[in-house]
Amino acid sequence: MTAPQARTSDKPNPGLEREHALDLLRQMVRIRRFEEKCVELYSAGKIRGFLHLYIGEEAVAVGAMQALEPGDAVVATYREHGHALVRGIPAEKIMAELYGKQEGCSGGRGGSMHLFDAATRFYGGNAIVGGGLPLAVGLALADKLQQRSRVTACFFGEGAVAEGEFHESMNLAALWRLPVLFCCENNLYAMGTALKRSESEVDLCLKATSYEMPAWPVDGMDVALCEAAARRAALAVRSGEGPCFLEFRTYRFRAHSMYDPQLYRTKAEIAEWEKRDPINLFEARLQEQGIISSDEIAAIEAAVAGEIDKSVELAEAGTWEPIESLTRFVYSDRTRP
Amino acid sequence: MEITYLKAINEALHEEMRRDENVFVMGEDVAELGGAFKVTEGLLDAFGPERVIDTPIAEALIVGAGVGAAMLGMRPVLEMQFGDFISCAFDQIVNTAATLRYRHGGLASCPIVIRAPSGAGVHGALFHSQNPEAWFTRVPGLKVVAPATPYDAKGMLKAAIRDDNPVVYFEHKRLYRSVKEDVPTGDFTVPLGVAQVRRSGDDLSIVTYGGTLHQALEAANIAEREDGISVEVLDLRTLLPLDREAILAAARKTGKVLVVHEDRLTGGIGGEIAAIIGEHAFEYLDAPVRRLAMLDTHNAFSPPLEEFILPNTAKIVAAVRDLWAY
Repeated sequence: MTAPQARTSDKPNPGLEREHALDLLRQMVRIRRFEEKCVELYSAGKIRGFLHLYIGEEAVAVGAMQALEPGDAVVATYREHGHALVRGIPAEKIMAELYGKQEGCSGGRGGSMHLFDAATRFYGGNAIVGGGLPLAVGLALADKLQQRSRVTACFFGEGAVAEGEFHESMNLAALWRLPVLFCCENNLYAMGTALKRSESEVDLCLKATSYEMPAWPVDGMDVALCEAAARRAALAVRSGEGPCFLEFRTYRFRAHSMYDPQLYRTKAEIAEWEKRDPINLFEARLQEQGIISSDEIAAIEAAVAGEIDKSVELAEAGTWEPIESLTRFVYSDRTRP
Repeated sequence: MEITYLKAINEALHEEMRRDENVFVMGEDVAELGGAFKVTEGLLDAFGPERVIDTPIAEALIVGAGVGAAMLGMRPVLEMQFGDFISCAFDQIVNTAATLRYRHGGLASCPIVIRAPSGAGVHGALFHSQNPEAWFTRVPGLKVVAPATPYDAKGMLKAAIRDDNPVVYFEHKRLYRSVKEDVPTGDFTVPLGVAQVRRSGDDLSIVTYGGTLHQALEAANIAEREDGISVEVLDLRTLLPLDREAILAAARKTGKVLVVHEDRLTGGIGGEIAAIIGEHAFEYLDAPVRRLAMLDTHNAFSPPLEEFILPNTAKIVAAVRDLWAY
């Protein structure tokens, strides 16, 4: 059994290929800028409802997704814009979904918390904390029963650890050695409740290892370490060794949702974490190592800005679902012949 | 061949698993033990442990994992050992399964069946006696069925397994071995959403389903024999979607409707049926729609108390006479 101690975060930078490094940076910037645009659009009343920003946590989704192949599956949470973008759902389909337009990836039916795309095997955001874990177990079970060697990556926050479904799912995945990569994004606060106020045991890896599941913590602000850990875990999962649990230690820079007075944490604490902004950290490292120039960073920013502008344009031009189709897809008329 | 209600369910599982390799059965003690009521007996031997799967006691996980597998084209039949335990899976049924297709713009399917042995009259006390169907009959996206006969139990389970929607299948455990019927051996299905007139009559209609169907039929015979009242009995069979036309036809035909169910009175499907009739067949009525249901209390363990709170044949006969005299 793997002891719950740092096993990757003490390793040096694994030496990234230049192109790959640029892509990691580009993906993180895409998420950051996309969500910054979302904030603007929210203030303008273009996006409504609930909007949970991933800003600060980008390294986790970007790093972890590197370990996945096109045939693998992803299950995410209500804070899933980043995962959806990295997984390859076109930005305009995500933006249109956030608008509630029928051109959205879920037909405008779900909005921010319910992004879905079968083509990229993105089996949904989920607005119930912990609700996605049993689904991931089921996806992996189907893969195992149908003898496919695929991984299901299941993202969830540390708040989900308090849910019974977390424990039910961890137990069964381990018992049946199902190919699930459990990616716990520990941003320290379940909405406004600090981990130490809600868990008797705050070492999350210990919970996983109690189910005989290999588990280790990862510096979730370092995209290279996130990738390395996910690759190592995914390799084990893919080779049939059963599930793995990664605790990505990260931090949400913004409010839980759009309105949140953030009385549960201090400005100083936020500022301290912002010093480890995953994008700044990685950018600085790449510049230091001479891997990337300021011009190239500017080029990435420009390309990302173009993509986001286009996504807004398409979302704006999108159409509302007609009232006549209100009950469409509540039921299927199909039966298996 | 004459088979029990329980055997009918068992046969449906065997036949659908033979028919479609994507069908599998999952739940607590369904494999090695053959189910707490032996409903899944023989499946493990016939289909092996990959398709007949014992799980830990984790109802939310059973349903949630079923939904995940269904998204990849499998057709899981998930057993809640007792219908009462379905409350532990409520979130996965109501939030996840029921909304899956709608939520994803029609791009995902959730062909799962959740079997739930329900019903009182077996001295099961508070948590092994309930009829929780009304928790689900107001949830769009679900289908809710409650067959009362072996023929329907078999035909509707087969239809439910082939249906592309999540179906909650309530099987009344008092019927398991008490009801027998000739059921054809060949392949057949009974369509979901279609009620069935079980007994034709002109004076008064009983609308019922599940465990109380047999009591209603018995009561109808007594009322006819002893009082000369001609009673029609409509078996709803499916509670979501309701067969509104059949309900309205029964009301229009006799002008007097008694709804009978073993679920509690308040918030039970009987209230909805009365409302449908009141809204759409008011001018045909010769009396207010009456309801006979379990009292609004907890399922009692004490035999005289359980007897007191549940509908039975004598109470249905009395209600029929009362309504007839209106």
